[in-house]
Amino acid sequence: MSTDAPVSTVSFAPVLERKFAGRARPEASGRGDVPTISVDPASLHDVALFLRDDPSTRFDLLLDVASIDRSKLPAEQLPRDGKRFQASYILYSTRRNEHLRVKAAVPEARPSLPSLVDVWPAANWFEREAWDLMGIDFENHPNQKRLLTHNGFVGHALRKDYEAGQRWLCTEEDILQTDLASKTETAEDAFETMTLNFGPSHPATHGTLRAVFRLDGETIVAAEGECGYLHRCFEKMSESHTYSQVIPYTDRLNYCSPMINGNGYARAVEQMLGVEIPPRARAVRVILSEFSRIMDHLVCIAANLVDIGALTNFWFLFQAREEIYGLLEACCGARLTSSYARIGGLSNDVPENFVEWSRRLLVEVKKQVDEVDRLVSRNGIAMKRLRGTGLVTKENAIAWGFTGPCLRASGVPYDLRKDKPYDGYETYDFDIPVMNDGDNYSRYYVRMEEMRQSARIIEQGLSRLPSGPVNSDDYRVVLPPKEMVYNEMEGLIYHFKLVFEGIQVPAGEIYSSTEGANGELGYSIVSDGSGRPYRIKVRPPCFPLFAAFEKMVVGGMVSDAVATLGLLNIIAGELDR
Amino acid sequence: MDPLLFDAIAAIAKILFVWAVVLAALLPNLVLLERRGAALIQDRPGPNRVGPFGLFQALADVVKMFMKEDMVPIYADRLLYNLAPLIMMIPALTTFAVIPFGSQIPLTIGGVTHTIPLIIADVNVGILYVFALTSLGVYGIVLAGWSSNDKFSLMGGIRSSAQIISYELAMGIAATGVFLAAGSLRLPAVVEYQQTHLWNCIPQLLGCIIFVVSAFAETNRLPFDLAEAEAELVAGFHTEYSAFKFGMFFMGEYANLVAASALIVTLYFGGWSLPGLALTGLWGGIASIGIFAVKTFCFIWLFIWVRWTLPRFRYDQLMALGWKAFLPLSLLNLLWTGWLVLAGGGKF
Repeated sequence: MSTDAPVSTVSFAPVLERKFAGRARPEASGRGDVPTISVDPASLHDVALFLRDDPSTRFDLLLDVASIDRSKLPAEQLPRDGKRFQASYILYSTRRNEHLRVKAAVPEARPSLPSLVDVWPAANWFEREAWDLMGIDFENHPNQKRLLTHNGFVGHALRKDYEAGQRWLCTEEDILQTDLASKTETAEDAFETMTLNFGPSHPATHGTLRAVFRLDGETIVAAEGECGYLHRCFEKMSESHTYSQVIPYTDRLNYCSPMINGNGYARAVEQMLGVEIPPRARAVRVILSEFSRIMDHLVCIAANLVDIGALTNFWFLFQAREEIYGLLEACCGARLTSSYARIGGLSNDVPENFVEWSRRLLVEVKKQVDEVDRLVSRNGIAMKRLRGTGLVTKENAIAWGFTGPCLRASGVPYDLRKDKPYDGYETYDFDIPVMNDGDNYSRYYVRMEEMRQSARIIEQGLSRLPSGPVNSDDYRVVLPPKEMVYNEMEGLIYHFKLVFEGIQVPAGEIYSSTEGANGELGYSIVSDGSGRPYRIKVRPPCFPLFAAFEKMVVGGMVSDAVATLGLLNIIAGELDR
Repeated sequence: MDPLLFDAIAAIAKILFVWAVVLAALLPNLVLLERRGAALIQDRPGPNRVGPFGLFQALADVVKMFMKEDMVPIYADRLLYNLAPLIMMIPALTTFAVIPFGSQIPLTIGGVTHTIPLIIADVNVGILYVFALTSLGVYGIVLAGWSSNDKFSLMGGIRSSAQIISYELAMGIAATGVFLAAGSLRLPAVVEYQQTHLWNCIPQLLGCIIFVVSAFAETNRLPFDLAEAEAELVAGFHTEYSAFKFGMFFMGEYANLVAASALIVTLYFGGWSLPGLALTGLWGGIASIGIFAVKTFCFIWLFIWVRWTLPRFRYDQLMALGWKAFLPLSLLNLLWTGWLVLAGGGKF
């Protein structure tokens, strides 16, 4: 991360100009941001096909659809075209290792865009979310209905003119079951099949997820997933808080690895500000992120093994997690809601015995992981349960928008820590485990191996942990030390400005991504130059995973669905936000 | 004393003894044993707060079961719903009637020495009786699943019925080898045979393994606990049960576990006997009870150990294992035993 990163450019601009003269234009993008093109809504579908298929573009992975209501932007930033809404499609090319943002703006009178579900199947739920929360209508969408809010909800919550205090009651009876039944039931098999409601409070969901299965015996013939039970209006709330006040909310995204979320968010804002954090803070962020990744994988594997009946491993793995929590607690005072990252560094320095403690932890974690490895990885029953179930081919994994361990288990070696290194990951020596089968066993084993790689990263980080401050000395961003506040006028002013107005982030837009424990955790932030974010859109790695769940389980048995759900590691906190 | 009267008193005393041991002493403490055993395997303390070493935990659990609110779902078929726990519990306890739990105790009353064989009912159909009762036990699970009117329970009940039918077959054929060797269906005869010959687990190792594994399936224990499968079916057939009705399922399962262990010991591991030990007289009789208890306990511990070690099978894999592997193998075991009996004239 460099403060003076050149403004990103679009590499295929000439081809774009030749093919879509005027209808799709590259745009200047801000500091640290991804290259951007702006597309006329009428040509969006054609441009999407070009972006996906042309050899010079090859954007095969749709990462996110972020929607923005631009009506309350300050006058000088108001869009000249007068169109109120804008959808930003974040794309990635697994072959060319490049991100791209595609912007399309639509007017308030007719906020509609062509649906891109047929281009990138991953768009399905992302577009539903954009419709649900922002009210952008996607033509030809196969299933455009509410996703995060319920059917009794009136209006679109993320529009700037939506009054946040309103309450809506959901009075409808459950329609998901009857819906699925009517879609799959025929006169002949009405007796043979049965609808089974699965969640939101089912022991295997480990959170508030829901799926409805249509069963023939125990074989699933149709399925539909539903989320939103843990929707906490994270994005809406962020708009009324200062940039620093958003940090505690990020802990609750993926609550199994809260440090990664906070670090990712802080880094996104730092990129917009152009603030460089000290080397010690970077190293500590890396070390604690990797510990968090280990924790997340421990939870995922432990919970999944419980689901397939191997209860004992749960205690072995949670023992290791418990000890890591001890370290996190010593660093920041909290176990789960860590809020350790600060924009410009960390809330405070790590404890004195941090290095020895971490080393001790690594030994302990390794011991427990190895024990489970010996107990499960070659166990006949576990292999029978996990091998060949929940299959996702490489093509499907990309089309469905998978990232992280689930994508790597399907044979795509995409890991941001290697492909777009941040926080100095390029200086660490580690491998990216990849498996090609795309089944539950691969997802299990990739995670087991990733824990070992994370341990390698931590070891390197510990051996060269730099000394020095953990916060930037830029007092427009970081609170000045107390003696400066009490003794110097300047310090007092900085302190006052930061506390009362918040960090002033220059107007602009950014898509900043972090390799979360479950995959690419992206923050799309729009700033209007004030102390509060104008719009934050999180790209939760679980979201496309759970969207694909309903497709993955069809043809398998209920027991397979349980194993698949466990190894996708759906965290309701980041799924629903 | 009239011998008939004496026999009647002795039979009642034996029933009381066995049920007192099994019901009052063993079952609640077995739950504690399982929980402490699980804790040992899982590297945690387990329930250790109620009484010394948590010994009164069992008592607390039973009291809790009684005090809980007994809920019946409104859509449930009330008659069957109430009957199901009984059907689960009673056959499990009645199985003990034909299992010899010791040699015999001589008792001299008024100058006449009576010999009390340590078995409640020495019926000549022995093992058939056991199989008949365990088959009946499955109705408890199936009816519980059916009468609760809950989809998860229903699936648990169906899984259980299919599973028990499949494994009973292999189990029965495996056990046939034992009777082929002993030449009688009576369980005391099997024990007597093993006193003079090798224990059945050695010449009939295959049959023994099949029987033990099938016993896991019959008792619905991991890796075959598909009827419960808490992660898939919430709690399977007893999802809708609460308070003491749930407690009866719970007890029934543990009674089954003890019965299965006792049966394995009797059929394959010499019952109450030990090679080279003549267990006669009063002390011999008491020692034989002790030997039987220790052997049974070893198998109970095996059940616990396996439960906390292995993952669970999937429904179709379970059926494939039962029909495609165990059934042919048990037939093979029967052929092998038949050949042994023919070749050795029963003397091996």
